[in-house]
Formats: sequence, structure tokens, C-alpha cells
Amino acid sequence: MQIIENSTVYDVVIVGSGAGGGMATKILADEGLKVAVVEAGPFFDPADPAQQTQLKWPYESPRRGAGTKRVFGEYDMAYGGWEIEGEPYNRVDGTQFDWFRSRMLGGRTNHWGRISLRFGPRDFKGKDRDGLGENWPIGYDDIKPYYDKVDKLIGVFGTKENLPNEPDGFFLPPPKPRLHELLYIEGAKKSNVTVIPSRLSVLTKRINQDRGVCFYCNQCSRSCAVYADFSSGSCLIFPAQKGKGQVDLFTNAMVKEVLTNEEGKATGVAYINKEDRREYALKGKVVVLAASACSSARILLNSKSAQHPNGLGNSSDLVGKYLHDSTGADRMAFVPALMNRKRYNEDGVGGMHVYSPWWLDNKNLDFPRGYHLEQWGGMGMPSYGTGFDPNGLNKYLGEKVGGYGNSLREDVKKFYGAVVGISGRGEAIARKDNYCEIDPTTVDEFGIPVLRFHYKWSDFEKKQAKHMHDTFEEILTNMGGILLGDKPGADRNYGLHNPGRIIHEVGTTRMGNDPKNSVVNAFEQLHDADNVFIVDAGPFVSQADKNPTWTILALAWRTSEYIIQELKKQNI
Amino acid sequence: MDRRESIKSILLGSVAGGLLLESCGEPAEQVSQKIWDYQYGRNAKEAAVDQELLQTSFFAEEERSLVDCLANLILPPNEAGTVTEAGVVPFIAFMMVDYPPFQLPMRGGLMALNAKANRTFGKDFISLTEEAQKSLLDTMAFPLEGVDEQPQEIQFFALMRNLVLTGYFTSAVGIKELDYRGNTPHVWDGVPQDVLDEMGLAYDPAWIEKCVDQEKRNETAVWDEEGNLLT
Repeated sequence: MQIIENSTVYDVVIVGSGAGGGMATKILADEGLKVAVVEAGPFFDPADPAQQTQLKWPYESPRRGAGTKRVFGEYDMAYGGWEIEGEPYNRVDGTQFDWFRSRMLGGRTNHWGRISLRFGPRDFKGKDRDGLGENWPIGYDDIKPYYDKVDKLIGVFGTKENLPNEPDGFFLPPPKPRLHELLYIEGAKKSNVTVIPSRLSVLTKRINQDRGVCFYCNQCSRSCAVYADFSSGSCLIFPAQKGKGQVDLFTNAMVKEVLTNEEGKATGVAYINKEDRREYALKGKVVVLAASACSSARILLNSKSAQHPNGLGNSSDLVGKYLHDSTGADRMAFVPALMNRKRYNEDGVGGMHVYSPWWLDNKNLDFPRGYHLEQWGGMGMPSYGTGFDPNGLNKYLGEKVGGYGNSLREDVKKFYGAVVGISGRGEAIARKDNYCEIDPTTVDEFGIPVLRFHYKWSDFEKKQAKHMHDTFEEILTNMGGILLGDKPGADRNYGLHNPGRIIHEVGTTRMGNDPKNSVVNAFEQLHDADNVFIVDAGPFVSQADKNPTWTILALAWRTSEYIIQELKKQNI
Repeated sequence: MDRRESIKSILLGSVAGGLLLESCGEPAEQVSQKIWDYQYGRNAKEAAVDQELLQTSFFAEEERSLVDCLANLILPPNEAGTVTEAGVVPFIAFMMVDYPPFQLPMRGGLMALNAKANRTFGKDFISLTEEAQKSLLDTMAFPLEGVDEQPQEIQFFALMRNLVLTGYFTSAVGIKELDYRGNTPHVWDGVPQDVLDEMGLAYDPAWIEKCVDQEKRNETAVWDEEGNLLT
């Protein structure tokens, strides 16, 4: 089929519009550059009433919020999920990896937890501590100025705590804890677990006139119509469009490959327009990949040419390798003291108001890296599932379980807001034998070869999950909770979720100084093609016990400044 | 004017809208109702899927009546709200097509319930007295203790009870009865004092000191070079 070429030559073509792509768009366009943003999903603006789900009631939909179509519930703002019709992926050797994709402007930033943690000095140099994995070629001091700028541009609440590996920033003030969070604070303190106000990119205070202030509806997962949470479209791309640069958005445009010339340099990208299912080409002096760690790896591996026979940027054979996700496990408990609660509106920000950063020293433990604790509970908005097993908790009170009739109404009201939970999210060790690669047997509905995954947890992660569960039990019991469900044993990997389930996948195009041992350099520039950059989480050498977004943003800003500088010097 | 009314008036009030609605061959009122039903943020692909689902029915009329009868036994009408007001049966009917794994246990369960009614009383369940109906439900409504796998009829009843209860408590009347106070713009400024007192809890003053002063939330944030908030 003939490829339709766009005659415009962009300064930069950016693939993907999530955190990394959004930040690159903002910085590069503000410099006055001509930028194309190519997004695989449709246009999305949380302020558009036709797309908005914020403040909808469950009865405004026929399925009452059930997760039958959108996996986190139908009002969750991710167009996609772990499975997308027409866009398959495979797994090999009986291993498991679940790959979450959100196809829309802003990508996964529209629904994420907004937990915005800086990596600390130790997080960049894990190998120095325990000999495992690899050090980053940069340290905290290299990225700190960019974290500072991200804090101020986007907004994050938190508090100065002077903890050694949880760097402070330019914080907005946090919201007060809710009732279950006060119980958690007490319970955690009894076990000598640190608790501090959480750090979320939600505007508890005004930062500018373009964005509103949080009105506490607890629905950041639906993307905020007044732009009081950080979503890439509303906070980076729309402002970039108003700036002095040119930003052309190409939506429903699925990038297939990076195009290169005889010198092996990138000349642009080829994409499939999902609407007419035809192939198009866009020209750019620089290509920035921000399609998400695995999607960018897929694009590189599918970009084969005479100059790059193993795929673009893959002379090291490391594209797709060192894939790793955060570890995760969870537990919940019934707190009898929270029965028959007095009703009041306790919708807070869309997430936890307090959390526990990693508080122990791994030298004294049988696993090498840490985890943080999140917690949940409260009198949240009813949704599909509310009222299921309406009086199962009666068994802990020696009362009747089951039955029918109007006593069920009283049961549901009695237990409303009386269940709490804790989640652990930790650091895994990046390993070469956890990877994604092109599956030669399968293409997606656009004819593009898909990925297959090979991923196994090691004993390090399993032991960490076991420790998480011991911690959950201790804190939940301290809170006066009755533990629900069984404690998972070795047969269930101690409750460790499948890789990919925490949706923090990173590492597939890792950075380093040695081209044989890494895919990009410390400025996220391909060793093999100097006008191609990667600003998603692919370049992460290791995913700390933090959430990756704030680091994606800071690195993308740093890389964008580098691109500007290199363009000015005519080096690329 | 509430939101539903305002959308209806927008739809019915505009000339272009009026033409569009007339051309569908359905009464304008009915069409506006259908359009309202789609105002929950679906993208184009999802809206097409849902439109198809909404036009698909699973229950035969007799099955639907039996589901309605069971729903009213599980949650009898009272002054707080009824399963009818809560739209429980249409919700259950939709879930059957939205989540096909429900279909077999539901259809088979309804059939088995009628078989049991006929075996015991010589009539379909729906034709029995309430007393007779309850005598049958009493054998299905309680999980057996010390059993790993509950028998089919107990599982069936649990499914029905789950759907009825969740249908009710996700409805406007159910949410009102539950007395959920949120999903509306407000300013969270801490747990009410009487609740803290009752729980024997108190805020740590050092913690609260750092929290947002809601009086100043609209003042634009300014920091010094060390990241101390000045406003």
C-alpha cells in the first residue's frame, strides 16, 4: 500500500502523549519549535462534557460503574486496559506479564494515582549498596533541578520531612487525614513504621490561573474537569498549544516504526491512521519516543533497516531487556470500631492522604530492596459491587449471615466504611532475562508485529512480598482490624501480583554510558542514532520503591533541554 | 432545572435537534431519554458497543417477572425506597448481556427454582403465596457452614441477592438511604470533632500545622528558594 507523506518537516516528532510525551511537547514547543505529537488513541479533554465521567452517579450508566468494559470500573479514565481488542500480545515459557495500555490523549496520566515521589540519592545507585542490578549513569544531583521545576510547574502536595531517601520539594500543603488514616497513623506508629503526609500531584492550592483547585470529589481516576490533578493533556499539551511553538496533534495514529536514512539517522515516523487504516509518514529532524516502555521498545524493534538490522538502537541487543514492574501485594481488614459510622462527606483527594515510605534497612533483611505502603478505606461513593455479600461480616460478630428481607438494608448501612486495606509497592531487581521482544508469529489489527513477554519473579521479590504481608497484618491488627481472607503462602508467591499489574513497567531501553551495556545515554539519546530520544520509563535503570511518573517528567524535561541545546549547536 | 431537565430542554429546544429527533421516527421524548442514557463519557467505540447491548434482551417475559418477584422478596418495598424505584430489574437485565457468564447460572437457576416450586407446591414460584415462596427461599438463602462448595441453589440465590443489593444501593434512592454525602464539590477540612471524640482520636497538632489552610487555597502558591511555601 502506498504511504501517504506529509510534506511538513517538523523539528521534533513526539510519539505518545502521556507524562513523558506531554513534558517534551511543553518544553520543546515553548522554545518555539515545530512539534508533531502522534497519539495512538483519540483526543481527550476531561472538561469535555461528552467525555467527562467526573461527578457521574453510578445510576447514570446501565452497568452502574461495573468494570466489564473498563477494567477499573466504567468511569475510570483509561481507554484501554490489560487487554485491548485487536491489539494482542503474547507470553512465553509459561511466564506471566500483563500489559496495561491506555489509548487516548494523555495516556495513563488521565487515571493514575497521582502519587508523585522523587527518587532519592540511593535509588540511583542500588548496585553500590547490594551488588545487584546496575547503577544509573546519573545521580540525584543531576535530576534535582528538574524535580524542582516539575513541582512548580505541575504542583504536588507534601511536607518537608528531611528523610534521607525521600527528598523534599516545592510542596503545596497536604489535606488533613481522614478517619481511617488516623487509625492507620496510630497502627503504623505502634509498629515503628514511618508515616508522613502523602505526596500527590493534586492542587490543594492554586498554582496558576489556567488550572482549578481541588474540590475533593475523590475522583482523580476520572481525570479532573477543572484540571486540578495532573493529567498530561490538560496540564502540559493544552498549555503548550497556547504557547509560542506549533503543536500539531495526530490522534488515532498508531506509530509503526521510526524511519531512518542511509546514515542511520531518523527522518521521521510511519504510522497507521486508525480511521482510514492507511499508512502515513511524518518527517522530523528529531524523533522522541514516549509511547511507554514496552511500546517504545516495540517501535524500535520493528524499525529494521540496512543500517539497523537488529532494530533501531538495538546494536547492544538490549532493547526490551531488563523489563521490570513494581512489586505489589495487598490485604484488607474489617474494623468493628468503624461500624455504624456517623455520615459526613469524607471524599478527599483521589487517593491516600498519608503514606509510609520505606522505613527499614535491607542489610538486616532477606530481600535487597524496599517498598512503601499505601492505604485505603472510608465512606466512598457506592458503585457496582456495593452490597455484594451484604452481611458476610456478621460472622465476626456472631450474627446471622445470608437471608433476605429488609434486615439486609441495615446490614449494608452498618458495615459501610468499616473495611480498610493496605497495599505494598516495592522495588524489583532488573534482570536481563525478564524482557519483551517481537513475536514473529503475530501481528495486531494494523498489521504491526506485536510483543511477547518473558517475565519471572525471583526469590527477592517473593521474600519482599512475604515481608509486606507480615507488615500488613501487624498494622491492621494494631488498628483494631480483623484480617479478611487468608495470608497467602509460598504456593501463591506470598500474594505478589503478576508482573505488569502495578503498571510501573520500566527498563526496556535502559540508560548507561557504555553502548554495549545500555540503549540510551544519560540524556536518553540512542547510542545508535543521535537524533532519537526516549522519554518514557524505558530508560529507567531501576524502578525504585516509588512511582515512576515524577521521574519520567523530570528526565523528559532534562532531555528536552538537551535536545534544544543540541539543535542550537547543530549537533543533531 | 436539574441536569437531566436541562439536557432535555437543550435537545428539544434547538431547531437542529428537533429536526434530528423527528427524523428518527420516534417520539422526541423517548429519543431524548435514550440520548440521556448515553451521557456517561463513552468514547465512540464504547458507545457503539453499549448501544448494541442496550438493544439486546436476555430475559424472556416470564423470567423477568420472576426476577422482579425475587427482587421484591429480597428487598421488600419500604418507605426508604423500592427495587422498582431503584431500577433493579432493568439493571440486572442489562448485566446479563454485559457479562455473559451470568447468563447460564441465572437462566438455569430460575428454571430450577420453578421446578422446586412445582415439586413442592404444584405451582410456579410466582403463583405461590408469599408464605410458600419464603418457605422455599429459606432453604436457599443461607450458606452451609463448613462446606467448601455451596450447592447450586445457594449460589444462585447469592448471585440474585448480590445483584439486587448492588442495584439498589447504586440507585438514587439507595444512595440516599445509605446516606452517602459526597460526589459533590466541597472542601475537606478534617474529621468532625464529635467523631474524633467518639473514637478517642485527636489530630497531632504538628501534623495539622503542615496541612492546607482552606482559607488560603485560592491564593497562588509562592515558595522561597528552599521550598518553603510563602502564601
